[in-house]
Parts: sequence; structure tokens; C-alpha cells
Amino acid sequence: MKWLLVGLCVTSTVVGDVFRSLGMRHHGAINDFRPGALGSAMGAIARNWMVIVSTCAMAVSFFSFMKLVSIVPMSFAVPVSAITFIPETLLAKFLLKEQVDWRRWIGIGLILAGVIFISQ
Amino acid sequence: MPVTDVRRKTQLFAIISVLSNVAGNSALTHGMTQLGQVGNTPLDLILALFHPWVALGVGGLIVWTFAHMALLSWADLSYVMPVTAIGYVVTAFAGKFFLGETVSPMRWVGIVLITAGVTLVGRTAPASSTLDGNPHE
Repeated sequence: MKWLLVGLCVTSTVVGDVFRSLGMRHHGAINDFRPGALGSAMGAIARNWMVIVSTCAMAVSFFSFMKLVSIVPMSFAVPVSAITFIPETLLAKFLLKEQVDWRRWIGIGLILAGVIFISQ
Repeated sequence: MPVTDVRRKTQLFAIISVLSNVAGNSALTHGMTQLGQVGNTPLDLILALFHPWVALGVGGLIVWTFAHMALLSWADLSYVMPVTAIGYVVTAFAGKFFLGETVSPMRWVGIVLITAGVTLVGRTAPASSTLDGNPHE
């Protein structure tokens, strides 16, 4: 049960983040923060299927994490869910074609190590 | 007025994203703890939303959703994800100052490592390339 929830939580977070990035990139950079412009941007985003997939995945991620912390200690749940950093960075590089240079890789390594320490 | 200074608007939205996420999760956790055992039916969950702390928490997470979406409309996922990890550090300090939790030496090591990692990633350009090969801006 524990590892099933970990798998569900990690997979749904990765799907949620990657599809949110894809959907928002498809929409284009938001530069105009006036209420009218924001309203029309929100209308377009709400109809974007990639954003819809992302929102559903985020909901699964949220509830599976809630369930996970109800059965395991935070000192396990928090670092184990931070494993998403690795598949997300790989997908950012190979699927989203981002330039992931050595500073990002080293930075993510430091953060992952830090999350293990901070959760104890 | 259109905002085109990518680094500045990225910093602003990263701060909004981190603070709303930490505040939202903390308020939600506090509210759910006060409520105690909540049933599993949809009605029980909807009723829980009327608890002030739960409502505040959900509000914070809605702000986080919009700020995070805006960030990803111009910045790389491999930039946003590590940079917003500073939230782990903010959560630790919030626990220290608001709940009087002690920060153990182990947790200080974690705080230093995460801050170093976030600083390193923060030095890279927020937007590298898009699927069509053009920079975001």
C-alpha cells in the first residue's frame, strides 16, 4: 500500500508538472497582468487540454500525498516524494527540450540531499 | 503595462508561488488537524471546506496554482522546480518561528544544502528554449 501510494504520488506529480509546462508553453508567456487581459488568458488556459490533464493529475497527486502522510511519517513521505525532481528534469531535457546545464544538475543533487537531511 | 523583464518577473512569481504554497499547506494542515477525523464521503469533504483554516489553505493553494502556471508560461520546468524548492527551507523556518520547533543540526545541514542548490540553479537563465526552438521571450 505504502509503495503503491508513493508510485501514484510521484507519477501524478510528474505528469501534472510536465503537462502544466507543456500547456502553458503552448499558451505563450503571460506578460500582461491587467485584469481584462488576465481574464481572457484564464479563459484560454481553462480550455487547454494539456492544462486540464495537468490539473487532474495535480488533484491525484494532492490526495495521494495526503493519504501517504496519514500512513507513513513525514520524514519518509517528504524525501521520497522529492524523487520527482529526477524524472522531471530528464523529461524537461528530452521532451521539453530545455537546456539543462551542469549547474541545474548539481543544484538538483544538492536539493535532493538537502531534502533528506531537512526531513529528519 | 506588459512586463517583459524575465528575470525580475520570474523572481516575483517564484516568491508568490513559494509563499502561497507554504502558507496554503500549513493552513490546510492546521485546519484538518483541528477538524480531526473527517469522513470519506464527498459531503464530509465539502463541509470541511467551510472550516476557516481549511478555506484559507485552499485559497493559498489556488493562488499557488495561478502563480505556478504563470511562471511556467515563460520559464523552464527545470528552473522553476528546483528554485521553488526553497519552500522546504521556508517551511522549516515557519516551524521554528510560528510553532517554536527546534531546528536540529541535521535540518540545518539540509537548509544549507537546499539553499546552495537553489542559488546555483537561480544563476542559470530562467528560459532556455521552447519546443519550436525559439527562446520564450
